Amino acid sequence: MSLAELFAERAGDYRAGMHHCTEDELPEVLAGLLAGASKVVLPPGVPAAWTTALPVPVLADGPAGTVGRTGTSSAAGAPVGDDGLGSGLVHLLTPAELDEAGLSVLTGCAVAIAETGTIVLDAGPGQGRRLLTLVPDHHVCVVRDEQIVADVPDMIPALADPTRPLTMISGPSATSDIELNRVEGVHGPRRLDIVCVHP
Amino acid sequence: MAVMPFAVAAERELADGQLRANLGRATRTIRDKRARVVAEVADWEPMRDRAAAVKDEVLDNLAELLARFEAAAVAAGAVVHHAQDAAHANAIVTGLVQGQRAESVVKIKSMATQEIGLNEALEAAGITPIETDLAELIVQLADDTPSHILVPAIHYNRSQIRELFARRMPGFTATSDEPAVLAGAAREYLRRTFLAAKVAVCGANFAIAETGSLVIVESEGNGRMCLTLPETLIAVVGVEKLLPRFADLGDFLRLLPRSSTGERMNPYTSIFTGVTPGDGPQRLHIVLLDNGRTQVAQDPVGRAALRCIRCSACLNVCPVYERAGGHAYGSVYPGPIGAILSPQLTGQDAGFNKTLPYASTLCGACYDVCPVKINIPEILVHLRQTGPKPVAERAAMSTLSWVMRDRRRWRAALRAARSGSAPLRLIARRHGGTLRRAPWPLSAWTAHRDAPLPAAESFRDWWRRTHEQS
Ligand code: SF4
Repeated sequence: MSLAELFAERAGDYRAGMHHCTEDELPEVLAGLLAGASKVVLPPGVPAAWTTALPVPVLADGPAGTVGRTGTSSAAGAPVGDDGLGSGLVHLLTPAELDEAGLSVLTGCAVAIAETGTIVLDAGPGQGRRLLTLVPDHHVCVVRDEQIVADVPDMIPALADPTRPLTMISGPSATSDIELNRVEGVHGPRRLDIVCVHP
Repeated sequence: MAVMPFAVAAERELADGQLRANLGRATRTIRDKRARVVAEVADWEPMRDRAAAVKDEVLDNLAELLARFEAAAVAAGAVVHHAQDAAHANAIVTGLVQGQRAESVVKIKSMATQEIGLNEALEAAGITPIETDLAELIVQLADDTPSHILVPAIHYNRSQIRELFARRMPGFTATSDEPAVLAGAAREYLRRTFLAAKVAVCGANFAIAETGSLVIVESEGNGRMCLTLPETLIAVVGVEKLLPRFADLGDFLRLLPRSSTGERMNPYTSIFTGVTPGDGPQRLHIVLLDNGRTQVAQDPVGRAALRCIRCSACLNVCPVYERAGGHAYGSVYPGPIGAILSPQLTGQDAGFNKTLPYASTLCGACYDVCPVKINIPEILVHLRQTGPKPVAERAAMSTLSWVMRDRRRWRAALRAARSGSAPLRLIARRHGGTLRRAPWPLSAWTAHRDAPLPAAESFRDWWRRTHEQS
């Protein structure tokens, strides 16, 4: 079994929605997955090609490359620049804005782990601040085959900088606290869709 | 909850059918899941050895690694505090919360803050601590204490939880007791709380000396909420949580979820280093908690308890825990690990700690599953030898040795037990053939343990009847 196949099987075990396509098909697949959203939250650095077919408005967060640098205004709603996607002025979205019903968030990832079906976000380009993938109810994450490593120890050398804020995500949020019934989506996104892009 | 000796508390908890049914089901389910995902890992045993060695390396170099952690965390924008004991840690945290003029704090489940009684200290200062794990929320709404490290509300069923929410959760109107509905209600209730929170308090599963990073492993996402939304984050971290290198996480993040919930990986793991401008809390305080740990690290046998990564695998395989539940231990850390950790951290004479090393059959199941290879039975025996003996145990031992030293006394005692137990035999069969109260002098033994029914005839009597008389 290839790493990509193992990753898809293991992430699917957590009841994440698994989807497969080529680079060319990606905009269509994303448009389909996001069609039901009221708006799509976009972190800085999401490739423009991903959003060409989006049928719903986007909510862009902060300009690319601000995370991890000083000098970014964290004041709610303060315009801080253009997102480079041609959608005009953007600002850092507030938690309250992200809490709006019906939002989806679209991101890439830094690394993915086959053995455990895990996606790893490092707040880099195309992933953004941690709360973007936490407050909305639906997360769509794009994983390319070449980003997949075999197991957890292999994640570490694959990270550009381990001191960036890292979030390892293995399926939708869950609890088994009530009579050991697994219930999805206590606080994080209740739905997680993973789009695997194969060459 | 009143603190009682283990034997008394266990007797009370054993009578609770709901608790026993839930515990039995929970521990079996988790045990089976764990066995399946552990079997998938080809190098599980060498990995346990490596993890134990890394933790021992930490205990051998505690002061140096703490200094390295502090330097790295401070360089990344954190403020590091050192707390000698519980009172000291509570004073630091309370002062920090007051400094932010916050009237409440949101919390992620943490054994360390429970160990120091932080919630009580905050309440005494007029600050409301809000537990955000679903199970901890249930336990807190019920004014109860957790009974399992991992599934603290395992002693509540769904209708009890619905009834509790209806009584204590503002705005709760649902009439269904479907787990998804109850979890949804908790989501709504806590979402408002998270969005308004100014200060969060967390523990940590690991603290990386090399980078100054903290690692938090969770399921529900309440941890991510606490780590991301409030402006101020206070982490209370036991000094034994250190790992020397970032790369050490490779093994520990494979060991912990598999041992803990029996999953290949838990839903969310957050790793963060100091303050990241524009992302998450802009003030990070790390309180490094000693509270007896440096001293335990000096004990050549007992120190291995400090390797513990709180996975709770030892609880789920423990025959004593499965029957009695976490409350019977009367301590923050329940189960086999609690029986060795609580007396060492808070003193063998404190409360009913002296009874804890006896709350075990020494069967060794806990040692077999422990991901950091803590030889719990060995430490239990060590604590029994070095610690104070419970009064009843001492009396039972001395009576029993008086009876057993003399053959006539022993024979007479056994006869008394046999004749006394004959009418009990019918009843005892329903209790799995055990004797709960033997007549004196063996009563000293059965007062705190059940004994098998004596055979109707002893071997000695049988031999005499069938051989000597013929
Ligand atoms: S003693 Fe071992 S098995 Fe028990 S909780 Fe600690 S690490 Fe897990």
